[in-house]
Amino acid sequence: MTSLNNTPKQATNNILEVDHLRVNFTTPDGQVTAVNDLNFNLAQGETLGIVGESGSGKSQTAFALMGLLAGNGLIEGEARFEGQNILSLNEKAMNKIRSEKIAMIFQDPMTSLNPYMKVGQQLMEVLILHKGMSKADAFEASVKMLDAVKMPEARKRMKMYPHEFSGGMRQRVMIAMALLCQPKLLIADEPTTALDVTVQAQILTLLNELKAEFDTSIIMITHDLGVVAGLCDKVLVMYAGRTMEYGLTDDIFYHPTHPYTQGLLEAIPRLDSNEGTLATIAGNPPNLLNLPTGCPFQERCQHAEDRCRKEAPTLEEYQAGKLRACHKPIHWEQAV
Amino acid sequence: MLRFIIKRLLEAIPTLLALVTLSFFLMHFAPGSPFTSERGVPPAVLANLQAKYHMNESLMSQYFHYLWDLLHGNLGYSFRFTDFTINQLVAQSFPVSAEIGFWSFVVAVSIGVLCGVFAALRQNSLLDYGVMAFANIGMVLPNFVIAPLCILFFSIHYHWLPAGGWNGGAWPYLIMPVIAMSTSYIAQIARITRGSMIETMHSNFIRTARAKGLPKSHIIIRHALRPAMLPVVSYLGPAFVGIITGSVVVDQFFGTGGIGQHFVNGAINRDYSMVMGITILIGTLTILFNAIVDIVYVFIDPKIRY
Repeated sequence: MTSLNNTPKQATNNILEVDHLRVNFTTPDGQVTAVNDLNFNLAQGETLGIVGESGSGKSQTAFALMGLLAGNGLIEGEARFEGQNILSLNEKAMNKIRSEKIAMIFQDPMTSLNPYMKVGQQLMEVLILHKGMSKADAFEASVKMLDAVKMPEARKRMKMYPHEFSGGMRQRVMIAMALLCQPKLLIADEPTTALDVTVQAQILTLLNELKAEFDTSIIMITHDLGVVAGLCDKVLVMYAGRTMEYGLTDDIFYHPTHPYTQGLLEAIPRLDSNEGTLATIAGNPPNLLNLPTGCPFQERCQHAEDRCRKEAPTLEEYQAGKLRACHKPIHWEQAV
Repeated sequence: MLRFIIKRLLEAIPTLLALVTLSFFLMHFAPGSPFTSERGVPPAVLANLQAKYHMNESLMSQYFHYLWDLLHGNLGYSFRFTDFTINQLVAQSFPVSAEIGFWSFVVAVSIGVLCGVFAALRQNSLLDYGVMAFANIGMVLPNFVIAPLCILFFSIHYHWLPAGGWNGGAWPYLIMPVIAMSTSYIAQIARITRGSMIETMHSNFIRTARAKGLPKSHIIIRHALRPAMLPVVSYLGPAFVGIITGSVVVDQFFGTGGIGQHFVNGAINRDYSMVMGITILIGTLTILFNAIVDIVYVFIDPKIRY
């Protein structure tokens, strides 16, 4: 039931099919399910946004796909990349996928580059180890990639250390590093969160251009719906490790049917609004060790009724290509 | 870099001067004198002795006298081994301590770092627990326990190694002093290495390296080792001085004739010039090795510039 149909645009050429993905952590306080029964598909060249608050499991989804979970993490389910379940691969086989097929960029460009190595070395080693290039070839290819991410004076900067770069420039290095082997899939874990607003816009523009240039699929993990609107074809809204709503970006933006999605959209500050206070979703994300009964969002939901407090809603395809887990969805005929 | 080295050398001068002044007056204010003995020395002889060592002059005059000699690289005559200058005695015993110290240092760093790295990479495994247990034992066992145990085992029981002596530093004479000397340093270095290696392996840039699909050995050697070594290097400066000069117990047990026994005997005998000479030597080495650590830092951490 939850295996997801593709959006009408792309029919079958999925490069990634995530099937009943669960991520559990064994902690001293008990078992925590960070990702709970996640399903989504991604076609070549498509961009999926995974949106949610802190602790909703979006980053853990990315780490699970890359095989980078912490030692106490346990994965269930499947993630088929080009038909192969990458969740069951050993470290060595996974290393052939990383960089070459799937690459990842991280939230904090300040700490994600090795401060003790020259930027050039960090780029070149990818090509030397994955492509068997010579040092000279790897150097030239790296310079070319730095040019592609619009790094000024790329050749000179190859010999510099990360601390000599600004945050935006470091993120460009990260992006260049991720694209060196021209991967099919790029996972971007909040790539703009740590950056200035103007730099955020530059990085997003860059990602948009590179997506077209390299025909790379992107999973964009963010809590910023502005990022989703600018970049993504599809959106998956996560809450407490579960899918709340999933569909085309435009549908979800203009007609959010899940109260949580609507809350997130309303929480975007607007300059053209006369209201003095910023809209928020009351309360905090739930403690994963102690989830409320029924729908995980019910304690913060304005529409919650008895049924929501008793039984958790299942994810249902309420229209072709649109999924939602809610007992009391917003109906646009009434809501507008 | 050159400016930094010159600056450090200039900074060393007031530090050493303070060290010399403080230890000179402390030594002279301590009760007793080099010529105090049970039998007592005839007054005429005492007067002659005091004249030889300028002890009939005022303390300030003695102090400036000492400084003047020191400026000329002259540490004065020993009060105890009256036929020898301190320069001669140091020249004789320091190479012994330096050789034991050098090998102890090499052994301590190589074994300590290796143990620490492997313990960190197999955190909470049997290997990790084994290394940590060894490190704890190595730290609580003082070398005056390890030294006689070594003699008991290697010399008396198995007759593998000579129980003492130096013999120009031939290796059978070197092994037990090095074991006694390096054990606690191996333990300490292993602990520091393990801790910083674990921390480094959990850092964001190691996660990036893993996400890049680099082989684990490459990640450890090229990405993790350098930052993990930083705390070890800052420990090594003072540790190296301690290893080279701290051979009191080793000299005592193995009769190696290093600098440590001179230091202790000098203090007991009120051999002013001997204690001063060795204090200055240790002080100089400490300043030197701390400067070396700072320079090594530049090569490890690109963020540090002088």
